[in-house]
Amino acid sequence: MNATLTAATAKRILTQLRHDHRTVALMVLVPSVLLILLRYVFNNEQQFSAAAPALLAVFPFAIMFIVTSITTLRERTTATLERLMTMPIAKLDLLFGYAIAFGVVAVVQVLVAAGISLTWLGLEIDGSVWLLLLIAVLDALLGTALGLLASAFARTEFQAVQFMPAIVMPQILLCGLFAPREAMAPVLEWLSNIMPLSYAVDALTQVTHSADVDLTLVRNLIIVAGCGLLALFLGAATLRRRTA
Amino acid sequence: MTNYAVEAERLKVRRGGREVLHDVSFAVEHGSITGLLGPSGCGKTTLMRCVVGVQIVAGGTVTVLGTPAGSASLRNKIGYATQNPSVYADITVTESLRYFAAILRAPEGDVERVIEEVGLDRNADQLIGDLSGGELNRASLAVALLGRPELLVLDEPTVGLDPLLREELWTLFHKLAGKGVTLLVSSHVMDEAARCSRLLLMRDGYILADDTPAALRQKTETADLEQAFLRLVREQEAIA
Repeated sequence: MNATLTAATAKRILTQLRHDHRTVALMVLVPSVLLILLRYVFNNEQQFSAAAPALLAVFPFAIMFIVTSITTLRERTTATLERLMTMPIAKLDLLFGYAIAFGVVAVVQVLVAAGISLTWLGLEIDGSVWLLLLIAVLDALLGTALGLLASAFARTEFQAVQFMPAIVMPQILLCGLFAPREAMAPVLEWLSNIMPLSYAVDALTQVTHSADVDLTLVRNLIIVAGCGLLALFLGAATLRRRTA
Repeated sequence: MTNYAVEAERLKVRRGGREVLHDVSFAVEHGSITGLLGPSGCGKTTLMRCVVGVQIVAGGTVTVLGTPAGSASLRNKIGYATQNPSVYADITVTESLRYFAAILRAPEGDVERVIEEVGLDRNADQLIGDLSGGELNRASLAVALLGRPELLVLDEPTVGLDPLLREELWTLFHKLAGKGVTLLVSSHVMDEAARCSRLLLMRDGYILADDTPAALRQKTETADLEQAFLRLVREQEAIA
C-alpha cells in the first residue's frame, strides 16, 4: 500500500463527485429531508427523539451502500478497473481511496443531518455530540465497505440495486429500530447479533440516553469499525488482476 | 536477454467454456510495430489481454520484456489501451490523466505532453463524457502513453478517427518505435497493416501468418494485403 496512491484515488473520486452536483445534493440532503419528514409524521418531539438516533445510523448506512456499490460496479464494467489492474497500484490503495472519498461525503452528510436534528427538530442527547457524529460516520463507512464488497457479486447495475433490499433492509428491520432486539424471537435476535448495523444503533441509542462512555459502547464501536475493515479486505480479495 | 519484447508459446485460452486461442505461438521484436489483424471475434483482444497479464490462461506461456506476463515489475513498463475507451466519463481529460500519471509516477509535464501527442489540446478541460467517439478513443490512448512505457499494447486505437488524425497517430507510433518502444497494435482494417513492420494475421483463434507486409504480398502473389489475407484463409480451408 502507498499513501500517495490512496490519496490520488480519493482525490479522483471526489473530483468525479464535484462534477456531479445532483448526486452530491442528493447524498447530503436526502437523510436530512427524511428526518424532517419523520419529525412531522410523528408530530411529537419525544417520539421523534426515540427513533431519530437509530435513523442517523440507518440513513447514511443505506445511502452510502448503494452509492458505493454502483460506483465501483461502474469501475468494473467500464474497463477502468482492468486498466488500473495493469498499473502499479495496490488493490487496497483503490479500496481505501474509495473509503476515504465517501467517508468525507459521509462526514458532511452526517453533520447536516445531525445539525438539523439537534437544533430544528428538537433531538436531545445526553451523551457527547462528537461521539454521535463519530458513530454515524463509522456507520456510513460500514455502508461504503459493504457496498464495495457487494459490487463484486453484481454483474449489472440492475443487480447491484437489488442488493440494497437484500443486504440493507434485513439489517434495518433487525437493528432494534422497530422492536427491541431482546424482545425478538431467539432466531431473529441471533440474526440481529451478527448484523453490524445493530451495534451501530445500540451505540447511538446509548449516546442519546447517557453521557457514560463504558466498555459496551467502546466494544460496539470496535465491532462497527472492525466489520467495515473486514468488508474492505474481503472486497480487495474479490478484485482480481486476471479475469476470464 | 532475448531479442524479443513479447514471446508467446503454445498459448491457450478458454472463455465461457469455449477455446478461443488454440496453442498460439508468436514473438514480437524489440522496437517494432507489430500489427495484429483479423476479423472481429478472432481473438485479438484476448491475445492482447494475455500480453498485459489480465487474462486467465489455460495453458502455455507469455514472456514480456524477459519476465512472465502480469509480473508486478511490468506494471509501469506497459501502456495498455483497451478497445472500449477505459476512462472516467465524469471528469475532464486533464483530471483523468493526472490520476493515472500519479499512479505511474510519471514525470512533471507528462500530462501536457500526452495531451499534445494525441491532439486533444483543445479538449483538455472538457469532460470526457462530452467528447466525441474519436476524441474519447484518444483520451484513452493518452493514458497508455503516460510515463515511459517500453511496450505499448493498443487495441484498435484508430477506430472512428478521420484519415488526418489516423495519419498523425501512425506518425506518432513510428516516432515512438524509433525511440525503441515496442508496439503491438490491433486493427480490423487492412489498410493499416501496410504501416506495420510486422503482421500477425489471426482467424478463429489461430495465427494464419506471422511475417512482414512485403513478404506476405510476395508469398500470396498479391499487391493488396486484404487479398493476401483472403488467399491465406482459402489456403487454410483447402487444407482443412
